[in-house]
Order: sequence, then structure tokens, then C-alpha cells
Amino acid sequence: MLVINKNNFIVAVLILMAILTLSGCAANNVKTSNNKTVEIKEWKTKNGARVLYVYAAELPMVDIQAIFDAGSVRDEDKPGIANLTNGLLSHGAKLGNKKLTVDDISERFDSIGARFSAGASKDNASISLRTLTDEKWLTKAVNTMEAVISAPTFDNKELERVRKQLLISFEERKQSPDTIASEKFYKGLYHNHPYAMPGIGTEESIKKFSRKDLVRFYKKYYVAENALVTIVGDVDMAKAELLAEKIVGKLPSGIKAKSLPAVEELEATSFVHQEFPSTQTHIMMGQPGIHRKDKDYFTLYVANHILGGSGFGSRIMHEIREKRGLAYSSYSYFVPMSKRGPFMIGMQTSNKQTDEAIKVLKETLNEFVNNGPTEKELLHAKKNITGGFPLRIDSNSDISSYLSVIGFYDLPLSYLKDFNQRIEAVTLQQIKETLKRRINTEKMFTVTVGTRVN
Amino acid sequence: MRTGLLAFATIYLTTALASTAAVAASEVHEFKMANGMKVLVKEDHRAPIVVSQVWYKVGSSYEYSGITGVSHVLEHMMFKGTNKHPAGEFSRIIAENGGRENAFTGKDFTAYFQQLEKSRLQVSFEMEADRMRNLLLPEEEFKKELAVVMEERRMRTEDKASALTTEQFFATAYTNHPYHQPIIGWMNDLENLQVADLRSWYEKFYAPNNATLVVVGDVKAQEVFELAKIYFADLKPSDIASTKPRLDAKQKGERRINVKAPARIPYIVMGYKVPSYKTAKEEWEPYALDVLAYVLSGGSSSRFPKSLVRKQQIAVSADTGYGLFSRLDEMFLIDGTPAKGYSVKQLEKAINKELEKVKKELVSEQELERIKAQAVAEKVYEKDSVFYQAMQIGMLETVGLDWRLNDEYTKRIREVTAEQIQAVAKKYLVKDTLTVAVLDPQPLTAKKRQPTAAVRH
Repeated sequence: MLVINKNNFIVAVLILMAILTLSGCAANNVKTSNNKTVEIKEWKTKNGARVLYVYAAELPMVDIQAIFDAGSVRDEDKPGIANLTNGLLSHGAKLGNKKLTVDDISERFDSIGARFSAGASKDNASISLRTLTDEKWLTKAVNTMEAVISAPTFDNKELERVRKQLLISFEERKQSPDTIASEKFYKGLYHNHPYAMPGIGTEESIKKFSRKDLVRFYKKYYVAENALVTIVGDVDMAKAELLAEKIVGKLPSGIKAKSLPAVEELEATSFVHQEFPSTQTHIMMGQPGIHRKDKDYFTLYVANHILGGSGFGSRIMHEIREKRGLAYSSYSYFVPMSKRGPFMIGMQTSNKQTDEAIKVLKETLNEFVNNGPTEKELLHAKKNITGGFPLRIDSNSDISSYLSVIGFYDLPLSYLKDFNQRIEAVTLQQIKETLKRRINTEKMFTVTVGTRVN
Repeated sequence: MRTGLLAFATIYLTTALASTAAVAASEVHEFKMANGMKVLVKEDHRAPIVVSQVWYKVGSSYEYSGITGVSHVLEHMMFKGTNKHPAGEFSRIIAENGGRENAFTGKDFTAYFQQLEKSRLQVSFEMEADRMRNLLLPEEEFKKELAVVMEERRMRTEDKASALTTEQFFATAYTNHPYHQPIIGWMNDLENLQVADLRSWYEKFYAPNNATLVVVGDVKAQEVFELAKIYFADLKPSDIASTKPRLDAKQKGERRINVKAPARIPYIVMGYKVPSYKTAKEEWEPYALDVLAYVLSGGSSSRFPKSLVRKQQIAVSADTGYGLFSRLDEMFLIDGTPAKGYSVKQLEKAINKELEKVKKELVSEQELERIKAQAVAEKVYEKDSVFYQAMQIGMLETVGLDWRLNDEYTKRIREVTAEQIQAVAKKYLVKDTLTVAVLDPQPLTAKKRQPTAAVRH
């Protein structure tokens, strides 16, 4: 990974993580003459996988994702197995009678300029492809993707190599105060819930996995009933149906993964500090927040926009950065997941300012929860959220991300169409009432990673 | 491989796809106002949105000792108000219009942008025109913002061992060449920066004849130009002093440094001095260097991942970087992290073997075909982002090149021969202009790892 570009290119005004994280939310009532609507088609493959599709003919390319309910929440007593299984899919597969090595697979995608990636989060695991729709190239790309999904070999040599690489990743994580803070934050919020564990797992467990473990995990979770396929691009409906059958059609139907356990409330306020030789202390505070289909979702989306989800002008940014110059980046957000994802507030500041920063964050949060936003703030937030709708669906990659959220979390297909109405419907009273009910300022977990000064 | 934001990116000329492609022949419309301001508009009607960017010909490579970081701090202060729009007002108005905004500073440019629903373009123009000439720079806001930038530096560089290593690398590799200094500036320079430094910087560089307005989106070029005239045409131009060339003092032999920082794993950055498109005497050379970077690390089937990471298993990662379209001479960069059980020294040796191979043997036809396919495909993918298209146009224009180079990119890449790749490898990957920086990991805590203290209150 080359750091140079990142260094050479400084984006000054960090318009924050909240927009990224909550980008699953979109809005739709800007009054323009040619406002495009996203028309989502839905069906199931013969073996039972759900497919969501949007036709986009402007560019001769297509984005295809296969998403499985096979995230790290499925690790159980083998932390890291979901991530490793997903990562190894493209490291050897069978195409017909031909055995493709990791080099063959790379070569097949690169030789046609296709972008291929795989990744596992807490909730799910995905395989993504972007390719040109030129028939010859599309066929090669999709054949390879099919092999990777339905006939991975989990080659032993590759397992050993990737295992070694993962062990270096653990070292890398130990030198990043940011990562340490985040890991401790999830532990502090989720204790024994599957959300507590980082996707990468633990060094001990990674060392122990055998090929058999991976195959077992793969067979259980990479099945049609547990899969979602999304297709966005320049392929017509008939072609899209063929593609979906091709990509997951060979998988057994299997059974859908079980529902996850509910997340428990924190018992009390608590605080964890980890000493680290950095010039800044990284601060994260929060508690379990909302799930994807939470009835308070839209109310809290708007509320958080005002609190710390919209960069400049939001309360936290104003108090921390604009008024006091305490940090470059400061934010709050809800991460809606299958079960209640975190509500979190975060920033990083010079070690000596840590206490002051925490005090300001707490005061800002308490004030907001106790009194809510002003009528003016609410109006401003609504204008921003609804007025920006066209920006949220202005590319195939944006639409593709929405399809995965809508599909995986089983949101209504009218989600995008309804979004602005849902935002407009949020009232000041609702926000005030919901904040008090859903954010318990008496039960916050805080983690700091840095050098203690006093 | 990273070859600058432009490299993979730029292109839209269709070659392999010419028959099937539904890609509209995109065209950039060029206008110039009497006050010297350039307006570049590209129509893209896929979605009812517009991106507006104002680019200034100034960045960290225009700075000199003692005031490093001034371009970037000024960029932050551009959000701190004019008489017409007090601090924070720009952002508030853009937000109220459903827009996104931000700004960025690079070595060779500073740029400000808004993304909006297409009918609201004038909101952006009005504010950009105002802050181009009427920035207030209040002392009190400056002090707070300077503190913010120092926090930013701590976050990006001071507490990141690999970033520190890279920063030290450039400071060692370059002597007089301004890419020597970091974009964010040295901490001591930041500590001593005065609002007066910003004011003179602003007066020197922020004028219509030093700016380019780039608009891409669902708009009509002529209408955008008419609208731009309403807001920008009356701004007065300045005399923009020419920048000193600052060619680097000739490097007379390999340079090596060690960077000690708290870390768990080592890291190596290597770089050879090479020309950019702008400074090259032979036009084909920079493209050959660009393709060389693809050969080594353009995709998971390229040589570094295939040989160093998978076959020899000596690296966890190894990558290259080359800024084809920079304003000044460039560096052919290589960086990597050794695999468990291997030292940085062993990794460097393995990298050198790969470089020797490129010098000795011609790159295969298959590799060239792959790279050409990647260039063609990336060109289509990049069109999925209106923002990125605007960036490419703005960057080229601002470093003093022609946006038409975008159109030519794929063609140029396809013209590169195996012999040319070998030629640039032999000519430029030579020890005498090599600089190597190695991260030497230091313990993360003096007192070993303290158990986590859990305090309840």
C-alpha cells in the first residue's frame, strides 16, 4: 500500500464519516424537470437467491455483487473465519474441469480490465465485480466470478500464505491508535454479542484454522437462500436474469442463516484508557444505537445530522473544531446494522486536551438530548438532506451500494422513492421525544487511546 | 500501483470499444474571460447534478522555507468569511441547497468544489467569486484554524510511522526541488505562521487570471459560461509573479536514511528521479514509465504481487507510484512491507531483482495486452464519477498542461513498446539517483504493555 498519494493530497475540510456511514439513507423529492428515478427489479434465481437489478445503459459496463449473510457475526467459536473464508474464495477455484490458481484468477480479471474484490464486514460478506459489457469480456469476467463463488478450492498452500499475511495485519493494527480505539469500543459496547469481535478475529484463532473449517463455513453460509445478487449496468433484463443464474445458480439452496441475538443495553457508564505513544489521544464514546429497520431510524437520522453527522454547522463540529480548534475531525453517527449497531461520537486531539475535549463532547450531547434541536436547525437539516437527493444516486456505484443495503436488510423497494417524504415527516417533537428515549446519557461507554498527561 | 490521481484515470477515447461503446464523445468546452479566468465545461447528462470546482495555480510546491504549509492553511481559512458572507456562511448556504462542498491542497494546486443539484449552480458561483477577492482572514479565526491544522498534522503524520517515513524520504531525496517539503508543512513552520503570511499569499495567487473554473454535469456549456460571466467577469486580475524554477541540485549518489518511530512492522520507500510529462525531453518516456509502473504493480496479476507477495512470499505488499502529470520533475516510487520472517533488506534485494529483470528482458506481449485492456476499461469506469472527470480536467490545466491529454492517454499507453519500457528502466532506475528510507520500528511503550485500566465513574 503506497502512502504517498494520500499524503500528497490533503482534503482539508473533512466532510466526515457520518455521510459515508449513513449513505444507506437517501432522499427523493427535489423538484427538477428530469429527476431520474431508480427503478428496481426484483426476482429469485431458480435455487432461491434474491436478485435486485437496475438498468443503466449510459456506460458500457456493469457492477455485480453477490452478498451473503456470512459476516463475522457467523464466526461463533472461530473468530476470523468469515473473513478468511471470504478472502480465500479468489485464491483458487474450479472452472469446469480446469483448476484455476490464484495467479490464473488474477490474470483472468486483469486481462480484461475487470475490477474484482471481496470483503467481509460484521453483518455480511461480499464478492464484487465491475466489468465492461463487451460480450467476450463480460463472459470471461462472469465465468471467473462464478468459479470463485461456486467452486473455490481453498488451496492449502494459499491458506498458509494468507494466514501469515493476516498475522502481519495484527501487528499493523497494534501500531494504529485509531484501530485500537475502535476495537476496544466495540468490545465495550457488545461484550458477548458477536458484534464485539473484530472481523479479522484473533491471532490465536487464525493460527488454528484448518482447510476443513473453511470448507465447513463455506458450505453452510455460501448458499442460495443466504445470498443476494445485485446487478447495475448496461445489461437488459433478460441478460441480467442469465447473469444471476450464472453467478449463484450452481450453489445449493441451503438454509437461511439464523437471526442474531438481540443487543443488550449497557449497564452503566464506563471508561477505558489504553496507553499509547502518540501525540494525540483518540476518543470514542457511545452506546448501542439502532438497527436497520428501527422505527426510529428516520427521526434519529435527522437528529444525528444536526448533532454531528453533517460536518460544518453540526453541533459537535461547531463546539469542537469551529469554536475551540480542538480537532481536525469530530463527528457523531449511528451505524444501523442487522441488530443495534453503535451510536458513536469520535475525535482525536493533542494528549493534553483530552479532558477538555471529553467534557465538551459530553456537554454537547447532554444539551442536545435534553433540549433537542431548534426549529431552525431542523428546517436547515431537512433542506440539506432532501435537496441533496440527486447526488446520492448519481453513479452506478452509488446505486449499487443502495441495492446491497435495501436487499440485505430487507428494506422496501420504494426506500429511495420514499426517503424524502420520511425525512419531511419528522417533527421537532418527535426528535425531542426520541432522543430522550433512545440516547441514555447515563450509560455511555468511552475509550481513549493515547498518552496520559496528568 | 498508484500513478497519481490522473494516471489510470484520464481517458475517454474509445479504441477497443469503439464499435460497442455507448459512451458519448465527451467534449470540453473552453472559454476565457477578459480578466484572464478560464472556464472549462464538460456536459454529462447522466444525472441531474453538477460539480463546480475552482482551481488555483498554487500549492505546497510554490512555497519556500519558513512558510511551508501556508497554501493549505489558507485553504482552510477560505471558509472563514468575507464581508458579505461571515465565517461559516459559505458552508451553511451550500448545505441548505442540498450541496456538498470541500477543498483540497496538493503540491501543484489548491481547489474548492461544490456538488449540487443542477439548477443551483449559481449558488456556488456567487460564493466562489466573493471569496476569490474579498477574503477577510480574521486573526481570531486564524488562530483556531491553525490549531486545527496542527491537529490534522498530528493525525496524518506525527502519529503514523509510515507517513513519517515517507515525509522524511522526500526531504532526503530532494534538495532544492520543492517537493522536498510536505504539503501540510513542517510543524515548526506552522507554529510560527502569521496571518500576514496568509494575506500576502492570498494577494499573490488568488485572482481570476490564476484560476480555472471547471464545471461538469447536466448543464449546457454556453449557459454555464454566461452564468459564470455574471459572477466572475468583474473581478480584477492581478500581476501574478512567475515562480522560480527550483530545479533540483544533481544527486551524486545513492542516499539512505533510517526513520525511528513507534511501530510493530518495518516499511521501506525507494525512489528514483524521473521526468514528468511536462519536464520530459522525449514525449514517450513518461508514458513508458507509466506502463512500467503497471508492469510492476498494476493489478493483482502484475509482477510485484505475483512474484514478491505470492511466489517468493517475501512481501506482504509492494507497490509503485508515478505522477505522470506533475508540474515538476517526478519520482518513480516503490514501497513495501516485508513478510513475516523477512527483513527490509531482503525485500529490497528482491525488489531490485525485479527491476534488473525489466532492464534485461523485454516485457511480454501478454503483459502489454493486459495493461492496454486495463487502461481502456478504467477509462470507462472513471466516467461513473462526474467529480473525477472534473478533477482530471482541473489538474491538467492547473499544472500548465492541456486537458486534451486526457483524450490521448489510452492511445499513448497503447503505443508504448516493450523496448521503450526497457529503455526507461535502464536509463532511470540507476543507483546514483536512488533514495531509500527505512522505517526502524521502536517499542510502542517504554513500560511494555500496560494492562488496560478500567475506571468507572
